[in-house]
Amino acid sequence: MQTVLSRNPQRGPSKRDPAWMGRMFWLLAGAALLWPALVLTEFKVWTLFEASNLKPTLKFLGDFFPPKIEGEFLLLVAKETWRTVAIATAGIALAMLLAVPLALLSVRVLSVSALTGKMNKLPSALRTLLRWVMVLLRSVPELIWALIFVRVVGLGPTAGVIAIALTYGGMLGKVYAEILESGDAQVTQSLLRNGAGRLQAFFYGLLPQNAAELTSYSVYRWECAIRSSAVLGFVGAGGLGQQMDASMKMFNVSEVATMLIVFMLLVWLADATSAWLRKELG
Amino acid sequence: MQVLLADVSARHPAAKGNVPDALRHVSLKVQSGEQVAIIGPSGAGKTTLLQLTACALKPTTGSLQLGDVDPWGLPIRGLQKLRASLFLAPQVPPLPPRQRVVTAVLAGLLPQMGIWASLRSLFYPKHIETADAALARFDLADKLFERVDRLSGGERQRVGLARILASNAQLLLVDEPLSALDPARSEQAIKALTDIAAERGATLVATLHHVDMALRSFPRIIGMRDGQIVFDLPAAQVSTQHLHDLYAQHLHELDGPAVAADDVPDAASPPAAMHCR
Repeated sequence: MQTVLSRNPQRGPSKRDPAWMGRMFWLLAGAALLWPALVLTEFKVWTLFEASNLKPTLKFLGDFFPPKIEGEFLLLVAKETWRTVAIATAGIALAMLLAVPLALLSVRVLSVSALTGKMNKLPSALRTLLRWVMVLLRSVPELIWALIFVRVVGLGPTAGVIAIALTYGGMLGKVYAEILESGDAQVTQSLLRNGAGRLQAFFYGLLPQNAAELTSYSVYRWECAIRSSAVLGFVGAGGLGQQMDASMKMFNVSEVATMLIVFMLLVWLADATSAWLRKELG
Repeated sequence: MQVLLADVSARHPAAKGNVPDALRHVSLKVQSGEQVAIIGPSGAGKTTLLQLTACALKPTTGSLQLGDVDPWGLPIRGLQKLRASLFLAPQVPPLPPRQRVVTAVLAGLLPQMGIWASLRSLFYPKHIETADAALARFDLADKLFERVDRLSGGERQRVGLARILASNAQLLLVDEPLSALDPARSEQAIKALTDIAAERGATLVATLHHVDMALRSFPRIIGMRDGQIVFDLPAAQVSTQHLHDLYAQHLHELDGPAVAADDVPDAASPPAAMHCR
């Protein structure tokens, strides 16, 4: 009797969540993909904590303290910090110049022909082409771009600026396009349907809807560019990175420590700026 | 602008294969300057009919004529130009939350403005008086420089309607303009809409859940059900029997607006999330 009640045909298999099988499949598929990756990368955390490895690591880390605080050195660090910020800012500004048109041209929501179903062939082909351009730009790491441009324009910040502009142009363009497409399309489509132009629909519909997210992502990328310019310094693109490279080679770990603290301050600054901007725009 | 639908069927582009067409063999003629209300239970195809008339949806069969052109025979530029002379106001007002009311209303002017003029208007609104006058008709003049997300649902809906006034469209297609308004506001909004259309000599087609309001304010009533037109009569000839047949099995919708008035301000929109991509 009990079983009959609990297996009421109306509440049988048809009331089961039909999405459950799919979820289970993707969970298992994810695990199956991850396992060979861990094996391939020889991911063995425990080697870090073996006594023979722990001692030199701790000694190396101990040398970081105290950080070097000398008037002359600090002045140098300040100058190089300023240069690093300048490289990142100029690079990001150029990247935006590249990314904004790429994103606008490749966004589906701003297509008039896609309003009523499928996009026309020609604009659709253009969009695909631009997406490839962005893939090309960002698939080459900024380090490689920098190595190329150090040969072209010589050692110094210019190579760093160009390298950041190219890679980040591709990244920003892709993510801008994604942000613009992720939101509710109704606002923009409604403007287009009432006869507004595509740029008008962008400025009156799409942009005000996504401004805060676009800003916060741009600031986050600026923060990444600062970190990235440090790496670029190692190949001679100027800024704090180049100083850090020099200090590393001389085993002046306390100097490296000072510069790492400066980086932390810069990242904190970017974080605070982003929070403030989002509050202002939110 | 005259509207002519001949044997039109339509379905939503995302509709699945086994779902019946949202609109099945509908024929309809609306004269220039006429005011028509479309009533019928939920899912009758009212919104689809409006979208189809607004060239927002392509008919699968049959033909549509606006004025004396076939919009789908036009090149895309021509179609976009035609769209500037019609106005589709969706049920959920299409307003970006962070935009100011003045900008949202003036967006109705965009088709007549060049890109530079519209950019300059973002920097300093160029037609403040136009926006102010449009809002005043919906009793919202004090909200001119307010942000959209500070408004209540009902206020937003009226801002969406005020945009019609900024446009100079000759065909006004309004979807459920009263769904978030209380009775007094509804009365006022419908009067404003019919007055605007009459002043401009524009054709007005509105879908309404509020049957009483439709019968009182519109000379011609179209009843729709299951994607087809059930009756198309002057308001005076619509009988209780007509309405009961139309709303059979949906009688609760006949008693009043199906969607409750919602004049409560939404909670402030959450801050944009940081995406680490």
